[in-house]
Amino acid sequence: MAETRTMGKKDWKGLGGIVVPLLATVFLLLIPESLGHAAASETPQPGSECLACHGDKSTTTTRGGKTVSLYVDGKRFAASVHATFGCTGCHADLEGKDFPHEKPAPVKCGTCHATEQEQHARSLHGKAIARGDTLAPHCVNCHGNHDILPVKDPRSAVAPLKVPFVCGQCHREGTAVSRNRPIPQDNILENYSESIHGEALLKKGLSVAPTCATCHTAHLILPHTDPASSINRRNIAATCTKCHSQIEVVHRKTIRGELWEKQANVLPACPDCHQPHKIRNVFYEQGMANADCMRCHADEKLRRGRDGKSMYVDSNEVSHSRHSKVACSQCHSEVNASRVRACETITHGVDCTSCHDEVGKLYVASIHGQLNGKNDPNAPTCKECHGTHGVLGRLDPQSRTFATNVPELCGRCHREGQRAAVRYTGRQHEIISNYTESIHGTLLKNGLTVTATCTSCHTAHSVLPRTDPKSSVSAANVPTTCGRCHHGIEEQFENSIHAKPVNGSTKALPVCNDCHTAHAIRRTDEDNFRLDVMTTCGRCHAEIAKSYFETYHGKVSRLGYTKAAKCYDCHGAHDILAVADPRSHLSRANVAATCQKCHAGATRRFAGYLTHATHHDPRKYPFLFYTFWGMTALLLGTFVIGGLHTLLWLPRAFQMRRELRAAEAEAAAAIEAAASKESPDA
Amino acid sequence: MPKGEVAERQFVRFTRLQRILHICMIVSFITLALTGLTLKFSYTRWAAVLSHLLGGFENAGYIHRTAAVVMFGVFITHLVDLYRLKKREHSSWWSLVMGPGSMVPNRQDLSELVATLKWFVGWGNRPAYGRWTYWEKFDYFAVFWGIAVIGSTGLTLWFPVFFTRFIPGSFLNVATIIHSDEALLATGFIFTVHFFNTHLRPEKFPMDITVFTGRMPLEELKRDKPREYEALVAAGKLEEKMEEAYPAIVTRTIRAFAWVALAVGFSIVLWIVYAVLFAYR
Repeated sequence: MAETRTMGKKDWKGLGGIVVPLLATVFLLLIPESLGHAAASETPQPGSECLACHGDKSTTTTRGGKTVSLYVDGKRFAASVHATFGCTGCHADLEGKDFPHEKPAPVKCGTCHATEQEQHARSLHGKAIARGDTLAPHCVNCHGNHDILPVKDPRSAVAPLKVPFVCGQCHREGTAVSRNRPIPQDNILENYSESIHGEALLKKGLSVAPTCATCHTAHLILPHTDPASSINRRNIAATCTKCHSQIEVVHRKTIRGELWEKQANVLPACPDCHQPHKIRNVFYEQGMANADCMRCHADEKLRRGRDGKSMYVDSNEVSHSRHSKVACSQCHSEVNASRVRACETITHGVDCTSCHDEVGKLYVASIHGQLNGKNDPNAPTCKECHGTHGVLGRLDPQSRTFATNVPELCGRCHREGQRAAVRYTGRQHEIISNYTESIHGTLLKNGLTVTATCTSCHTAHSVLPRTDPKSSVSAANVPTTCGRCHHGIEEQFENSIHAKPVNGSTKALPVCNDCHTAHAIRRTDEDNFRLDVMTTCGRCHAEIAKSYFETYHGKVSRLGYTKAAKCYDCHGAHDILAVADPRSHLSRANVAATCQKCHAGATRRFAGYLTHATHHDPRKYPFLFYTFWGMTALLLGTFVIGGLHTLLWLPRAFQMRRELRAAEAEAAAAIEAAASKESPDA
Repeated sequence: MPKGEVAERQFVRFTRLQRILHICMIVSFITLALTGLTLKFSYTRWAAVLSHLLGGFENAGYIHRTAAVVMFGVFITHLVDLYRLKKREHSSWWSLVMGPGSMVPNRQDLSELVATLKWFVGWGNRPAYGRWTYWEKFDYFAVFWGIAVIGSTGLTLWFPVFFTRFIPGSFLNVATIIHSDEALLATGFIFTVHFFNTHLRPEKFPMDITVFTGRMPLEELKRDKPREYEALVAAGKLEEKMEEAYPAIVTRTIRAFAWVALAVGFSIVLWIVYAVLFAYR
């Protein structure tokens, strides 16, 4: 027996070479006898000894008060796969027994079919037998007994075309099993027969179409809740792809099929959409499942027990959403369609990455995703921005993510005083209002949807703080980010002295937002920008900006004269280069043309005007220095002499004033005296 | 002056043209000072306010150049007037320059300067001044000097493209310094020393309006310009220089104008002091 245990199921064909010691003698005796029978009769009858009794249809016995036929069809046995073993090949306990023998012991198929026996014992059928369940099937219930044919023989009881009926003996409506045993599926045989699989097999005779055993296996049939089951959520994809290989490729549009096996707990499994036994060759746009869900969720009063959250789903909202063609269960995976409440098996929230995997990876790496990973309550997830059942594409004007709605969307957290703004410690404040008043915001308000919104610079899903080198708004990446729209400007900038490769300096160099600001970006031809730019450049070029304000251009600029030359009018804005660079606007070859922009007819000699001159530097500008101090000396000298002259004069002037007043008083008195002298005469 | 009474006869010191030129000079000078100093002291809050009041810097620039044209006009008109004076009263330029009414300083002025200084410190009596005192002559030539220096540099800055065909561009920087510092000198001097010397001296306080009316009381002539008075009396020409005084309405209007000019002038002085001493950069 030890040898036979190791035999595989295909080894029975070559069994002749492997002889069980106990049966060896029987073989030797039987073979010549059977050959003899064959010679004697048209239908050789192996085990004719037994058939002497069992070949008679009237042979019966009484068991438990019932008459049971003991007839064995000799012809069919002779045609069976086991014919060569004779009766005692299986009924070994009857070897050498006198007739009539007593009831034989149950046949042990596992003697030869050890693997199948072992699988069966582990299966739910085998366990039911062990429990003493009388409805549980033994080998014979499916395979038959004396007339077992090779499985490839179309007449075999377990030939593909017959399997549904073999299983259907129990698993169809009305049987003892279907009525008395807790089997979650109903109308199994009927549903299967009408499914694309059943139709192919039963109506079109396609013998390779899957039968019950293809999915459930022949012997190791386990409930789907068992992790080892071929129809367990973890294994179902592997099971289906045995036939539907590469089906994941055609499912890429809806979900990333290659994740079926890796993330079976998250992704919808095959039967979530293609219900078991009902698999049809139709498209599951709305899916019957949706109707099932809406049986409960269409109720506006539906509340979740745990926290009272409304569980109402507005089917109208869903049907107008981007996901109108997506079944409920494609997002709300883990449902079990066989339950009355299919959703009760759900343990995880909706995971959008099952379909939107690339975006999901970006999100996880973003600051939003990082915070979410730390379970930060403020971290936005997909639904905070995209909504839930009513999700719309970003090109739909009604969508929250439509360009004109983006600032408001981000502003829900990033507006001053809101969640994100409160915890932010950087330099950017009044982000939303600054943006709204900026050139980008103004254009957006005017309906120009291609203008920059929050996501244009910060990206939608890879949002990172600017201190992160990977951030789209990090100093190194800002030119590229702005250059996505302002490409020509970026090209100029990358060749300017402010670009790292050109400059070669290790110091921090300015990028777009250092001059234009991040959110309050203004038109550069607006007065405010033109008047503030010197301060902006002066943040790095302090000395040169200071000296600019000592000359004409600077002084009038300070008085609000916007037409006077500003830094970039002479040096160039984005194509700024060192003055020594021949390509610079201020190089010997170009400087006159630069001045001519304002001063028509300006010459090279005109350009000799020192736009950054100061009269405080005797070494750099000696003639200005000495002119200034010469003039100052003249001024002081004049004032000192004039002042002294005046001061010395003052006492005398007051003296004169007193004398004058005294003389006037005297004269007045004299006139009065004369008048009074005259009056008596008059 | 009570009605019916004969108007007081006063000595005529300035011709009508001279008085008109002086008024034009006041207006253009104050205008130039205000608009120019706005630029010079652009770093003060005052400058920003003023620039705004003047309708922005660009407007201030137009006003400045218009006033400059007026100033040039005053200057040229005066030169033409001098030429006519020479033709009328003098046989040659030399006679005009060296004559008794000449503005050119001479030995007499030098001795009067010394005598004046002695009078100041109490070493002598007040000199008997003639038609033009030495400080009046200084003021007169200060204007000549100022117009030459400020005018020429101003024209350079007005037409830089033209002038840099002959001079280097950096001379514009030099011109800027000279123009603005000389202007500061002129403004400061006129609004302090000149105001005191000719209008605000205690014995004439609050103001001497001779330069606007062209007339001064005979008493004043006797007191201030005794030498001229004596010379006129000796020559018997005093009476032909006497005319009726203006009615009160005219003098009141003149005083109102003069007060405004004084107030603006002093405000500018205060601004300059503030800008130079407290806000200088």
